[in-house]
Amino acid sequence: MKFPKIPKPHLLLLAALAGAFVVSYFSDSIDPYYLDVLTGVGINVILAVSLNLITGYTGQFSLGHAGFMSVGAYLSAAVTMFLGPRLLGESGGTALQQGLLFFGALIAGGIAAALAGLLVGAPSLRLKGDYLALVTLGFGEIIRVTFQNIDALGGALGLNGIPPYTTIFWVLSFAAVTVFVVFCLVHSTYGKGFLATRDDEIAAEAVGLDTTHYKIVAFVVGAFFAGIAGGLYGHFKLTITPSGFDFTKSIEIVVMVILGGMGNTLGVILAAVLLTLLPEFLRPVAQYRMVLYSLILIVLMISRPQGLFNFKWGRTKRA
Amino acid sequence: MAEFVQQLLNGLSLGAIYALIALGYTMVYGVLRFINFAHSDVFMAGAFLGYYLARLVPQDSMLGGLAVLAGSMVGCAILGMLIERFAYRPLRGAPTLNVLITAIGVSLLLEYTGQVFFGAAPRTFPPVFPERIFTVHGIVISSSALAVILVAGVLMIALQFIVHRTKIGTAMRALSLNPQAAQLVGINNNVVISFTFGLGSALAAAGGILYALNYPSIDPLMGVMPGLKAFVAAVLGGIGNIPGAALGGLVLGTVETFVSGSEWSTYKDAIAFAVLILILLFRPGGLLGKSTIEKV
Repeated sequence: MKFPKIPKPHLLLLAALAGAFVVSYFSDSIDPYYLDVLTGVGINVILAVSLNLITGYTGQFSLGHAGFMSVGAYLSAAVTMFLGPRLLGESGGTALQQGLLFFGALIAGGIAAALAGLLVGAPSLRLKGDYLALVTLGFGEIIRVTFQNIDALGGALGLNGIPPYTTIFWVLSFAAVTVFVVFCLVHSTYGKGFLATRDDEIAAEAVGLDTTHYKIVAFVVGAFFAGIAGGLYGHFKLTITPSGFDFTKSIEIVVMVILGGMGNTLGVILAAVLLTLLPEFLRPVAQYRMVLYSLILIVLMISRPQGLFNFKWGRTKRA
Repeated sequence: MAEFVQQLLNGLSLGAIYALIALGYTMVYGVLRFINFAHSDVFMAGAFLGYYLARLVPQDSMLGGLAVLAGSMVGCAILGMLIERFAYRPLRGAPTLNVLITAIGVSLLLEYTGQVFFGAAPRTFPPVFPERIFTVHGIVISSSALAVILVAGVLMIALQFIVHRTKIGTAMRALSLNPQAAQLVGINNNVVISFTFGLGSALAAAGGILYALNYPSIDPLMGVMPGLKAFVAAVLGGIGNIPGAALGGLVLGTVETFVSGSEWSTYKDAIAFAVLILILLFRPGGLLGKSTIEKV
């Protein structure tokens, strides 16, 4: 299927948005269980694809993605819970007003997370590899401890009674937009800089690329979408706690990126879908889930470091 | 004043444990240039091994306690060598990112296998050493706090001896200077790396037991926080630098104890990371280390 006139990614985005609209139009006649699973899949796709920009395309290993997610989740929940009643009044507003409020809350959450990403991106000027992983992990932990100490946001008990604004339409649309933005970004002329930063930082600097700039952009864009995913997650689960966004959550996202193959958007989407569906089928052996994840990580790194779904390794091979 | 001395003592005792763990991070970093994330879980394994070994020896005796300590150290040394053999050796020469992810994988594997085997609920660690409490001028000194400082001191001196006065220690230092040149002068790199992992893991096991003596509640995730903080200690002192790791551990333990004694106590876990970020920003080489420039 080729559409030579309109760029393919734009067409796919339109198709995905239309698909999201169709699914949400018929959502009343779909089993709620499947809708829930689909919502979870969509949120994880956003998380995995946005981390893939940081880790896969730019080569900056980050263990703080759950931290960015929590910033977005808390801020957007605070907007809809504390600001929402004032803006919408007693009646609760029309569906359109609620939708606009939710959209605004998500964007606010995304921007807050992006600011957090800027904060983490700044030290990444100097650090690489192991150190960066530790610093991002440290930032994630600092964010978590801070939320635990803010009583207005529920402290360690978290926020309860978040309005249920997340619908399948929002999730699928934002997933499509995330994939679109990341895909177009890294496939643009400008975006080749991300790959150059990953492949050989010294060489990239030698040809005049500002690698620091690329790293920060990757962190900010990645964190923005993680914040959006956090907002969707909060308004889907209706309750968020600081401990829900710990190290384990970050690892889960990292596993999706690694399994799909770093820097391979389609593979990462497939891995996110697979790893969200897998626990649904593995409910009886849920306690072994993390054991399985860790084994997957080790075995993949030793035997197939390019990821499970990456079939074009020859072209993107790294030194 | 008495309170200050008390806090200082508690801080040094906590810091000595961080130092023991930090030594393992720093030694492995010295020879292989990567962070062994699984180190904190070897620390946990050491505590659990001690928990089971303690049933085999008479309670409340000095010899029994030392036997538990030695047994756990040997067991963890073997565990550390096995991890190196099966997870890290196949990746020798692979990109740093792959090794790092594998290390995180090994760490998670140990933690969650531990949860499956031991259960997630905490257990009470038995007092393997005879327990006494001394009070000097209003300062309370428990014998376990003293044991920590003593054992840690002896082990660090032993380590210093091994690294600087023995053949294998010389080989370790040679390897950390230049792996290719070490191989050329006839050093078997694999043997030295294996030995380094064994040595570091034994120290982590000792740290695990000493930690469990002072905070007698052990669970499969107990290693995560002390492990991360010990890593921060290693970076603080200058990673790859053995005296630096000891110094970093003591400093971090003291700072943390004073913070938890103040009104900022709920932020105690965030302190270590704030220290890490500050040190990496302003003195990435660490207190005793020297910064290097990456060359092509």
